[in-house]
Amino acid sequence: MTKYKFDRTYKAIVIGGSAGSFQGIVKILSALPVDFKIPIIMCLHRLKHVRNGFVEALSIKSIKPIEEPYDKQNIKFGKVYLAPANYHLAIELGNTFSLSTEEMNQNSRPSIDITLDSASYVFKEKLIGILLSGANKDGAWGMKRIKDHGGITLVQEPKECMIDTMPSAAIEQTKIDHILTINEIIEFLNALHVHIKTLN
Amino acid sequence: MYEIEISDIRKLSEIVKEKYDYDFTNYAISSFKRRIKRVLELYKFKSIAILIDKIKEDSVFFEEFVSEITVNVTEMFRDPSFWRELRDHIIPNILLNHDNISIWHAGCSSGEEVFSMAILLREMNMLHKAKIIATDIDKSIVEKAKKGVYSMKSMDLNTKNYIRFQGEQDLKDYYTVENQKIVMDPTLVEGVSYRVHDLVNGGVFNKFDLILCRNVMIYFNQKLQNMVLKKLHESIFKYSYLIIGSKESLIWCDIASKFIVVNNDEKIYKKIKD
Repeated sequence: MTKYKFDRTYKAIVIGGSAGSFQGIVKILSALPVDFKIPIIMCLHRLKHVRNGFVEALSIKSIKPIEEPYDKQNIKFGKVYLAPANYHLAIELGNTFSLSTEEMNQNSRPSIDITLDSASYVFKEKLIGILLSGANKDGAWGMKRIKDHGGITLVQEPKECMIDTMPSAAIEQTKIDHILTINEIIEFLNALHVHIKTLN
Repeated sequence: MYEIEISDIRKLSEIVKEKYDYDFTNYAISSFKRRIKRVLELYKFKSIAILIDKIKEDSVFFEEFVSEITVNVTEMFRDPSFWRELRDHIIPNILLNHDNISIWHAGCSSGEEVFSMAILLREMNMLHKAKIIATDIDKSIVEKAKKGVYSMKSMDLNTKNYIRFQGEQDLKDYYTVENQKIVMDPTLVEGVSYRVHDLVNGGVFNKFDLILCRNVMIYFNQKLQNMVLKKLHESIFKYSYLIIGSKESLIWCDIASKFIVVNNDEKIYKKIKD
């Protein structure tokens, strides 16, 4: 039996990460059940002016194909999305993506705060936020927004992080629900997968 | 934290529409909300009601509001591979059938894209054959675009982009440095006509061989994107080109069947039906 309890359905999972998060992300993507249903939206800090290559690098070991969404594209079940280079990625009411070239936030575009905040507004308590290793504080405020809207918040165990500034900032600002290693995050997602299946 | 409600945004848009000739009703909510939040923070307004009152009674402030609401983050030669494609294929193709080329920068912001185009055309020795119109909704940003004065800081990125574009010169051949500011060579844009024009409420005013409207419609909802695309379609000659941002798409739009994709990576479309 799993130690994670779920009492409802979830509409999306957002994952934020920066420096030192790549290996963790790859591990999570390679361990996903093939029929994992909840859309996963990743906002990872990346080189601003390299448009190609990142999706391909993440895809090598990913169970599911990864897409960089177009502006106003619909969010679909079973898909994994990645914020494109040099754009902020937000969620619109009506479950579409929206891109923007606004000012950088915390020196970042895409900004994790923007993805998390907009997602928390649209999905409210039916959202799960995961924040991984990183060297700045982008994402900490977004995690608070998810928590304020009743969603579940997870951060990577700072001791496991290559650079723990990002998860530690989130832990400082918000009472995070679960502080987990990558392996435990995978366990969490598998338990969630089982739970979602029992709902259908 | 102060929450901006959708109903507040609707109210604000209605008042703007009533009092001024601008319609923000169909702007994409997520970014519009962030822009409003930014204005509240910038002017230290405690609520959207205060902002609405200020807009109602102060038309000078309203102009500032329009400047702050619109996103003016841009680069020279943004997406260098696109500019290479333009130089190597699209413009030569247009000039096969035309002696001159007419270009519209729809949403020109602070003008970096216009300078990129002018540099590209000068290097092709075609600048004298181009008629360029650059428009933006924001009066103050159009003034800035005309001046062509930029921060030293921004040139780092612009220079990197220019190198990736594989231009013939050094970017610094096209500007001088005065008082720690970059002053672009004014002869590049002496033939450019800069105008204030709102894509939403403004009419169709001319026809072009090439329209660039990159990362402008991402701030609109789908309904408004369709309306604006209809106008852009009317503003292009048959068999001429429309270019949008690298992560925008015409696929979902009503007008999609009247265009073909020329280059999907660079989002270059050709009008094939009136």
